[in-house]
Amino acid sequence: MLSTDLVPSRTACFWQGVRDGLPIAIGYFAVAFTFGIASKPFGLDALQAAFMSFTNMTSAGQFAALGIIGSGGSLVEMALTQLIINLRYCLMSCAVSQHLPDGLPYYHRFLMAYVVTDEIFGVSIRQKLIWPCYIYGMLIVTVPGWTCGTALGVLTGKVLPLRLISALSVALYSMFIAVIVPAAKDSKVLACLIPLAMLVSSAFNLLPVLRDISYGSRIIILTVSLSLAAAYFFPVHEEEEEQ
Amino acid sequence: MTEHSPYTYIIVMAAVTYLIRVLPLTLIRSRIKQPLLRSFLFYVPYVTLAVMTFPAILSATGSVASAALGFLCAVFCAYRGRSLVQVAAVSCAVVFIAELFI
Repeated sequence: MLSTDLVPSRTACFWQGVRDGLPIAIGYFAVAFTFGIASKPFGLDALQAAFMSFTNMTSAGQFAALGIIGSGGSLVEMALTQLIINLRYCLMSCAVSQHLPDGLPYYHRFLMAYVVTDEIFGVSIRQKLIWPCYIYGMLIVTVPGWTCGTALGVLTGKVLPLRLISALSVALYSMFIAVIVPAAKDSKVLACLIPLAMLVSSAFNLLPVLRDISYGSRIIILTVSLSLAAAYFFPVHEEEEEQ
Repeated sequence: MTEHSPYTYIIVMAAVTYLIRVLPLTLIRSRIKQPLLRSFLFYVPYVTLAVMTFPAILSATGSVASAALGFLCAVFCAYRGRSLVQVAAVSCAVVFIAELFI
């Protein structure tokens, strides 16, 4: 864990990012491999698919894009679909903005924004101050993992052993658990809020009408409503945030 | 309908996705003081991660049983204060082994 009041040494913080990024990179590789295989029938070659992964760094959005490219959809349709699926990154970036060191120059903000992914967000938000070098450490391993996994998926066209993909996909979710469970241990509000969020999310998965709401919209609707309710009824004081 | 090159599509989607990510990071440059907003942003990460994890984790593997086992082990390890990598590795191993039997 980085020190909160001292500026950490750049090298140490970069390597911490690499260490925390490695399990993400391995998980990304497996998921990207699956994405590469999925993109082939839609007429994308390895270079195009890898370029998409390199420039987008998002899984749900990229899978959705395949259908639009395959069916020759309009560019407006593509833009709107990405907006809806990826709007959750806006919420994440808002949260990250409050963890950046004061007066951080723009070029760092521009580069850090590139890798606000579900996993990098989840792992880095544990720190009170998120330093650029930490994010760059993660970037340097996760971007190649995601991009190379995609290219290899298209090129080999062979599915990795199913058991391996299963295990690595679960590993990505487990990282989220490793972030939220300790927080729930420290805060009674979070100890109720987190299971509640999971319960409501399950309801959205099962109930008619609700289950037709897209993945991206569901995350936004639930995050905004539950976080707002929690903020209203259980406002957080600065001292609690320090913990 | 005009035919677009895949690269045109990719550039459009990359631009939209990047804008979504970069706007809050560049527009919000100071600490938010408003108590409700502050508290809201404090809760956002936990709620998003919880919503993204469950129930999606249950369909991430070949069977619900192996995924549920991986989920429970991850919760247990995380509760016991294990590090991120340890939690990921344990659940990964548990699912891999469970699927040998299921």
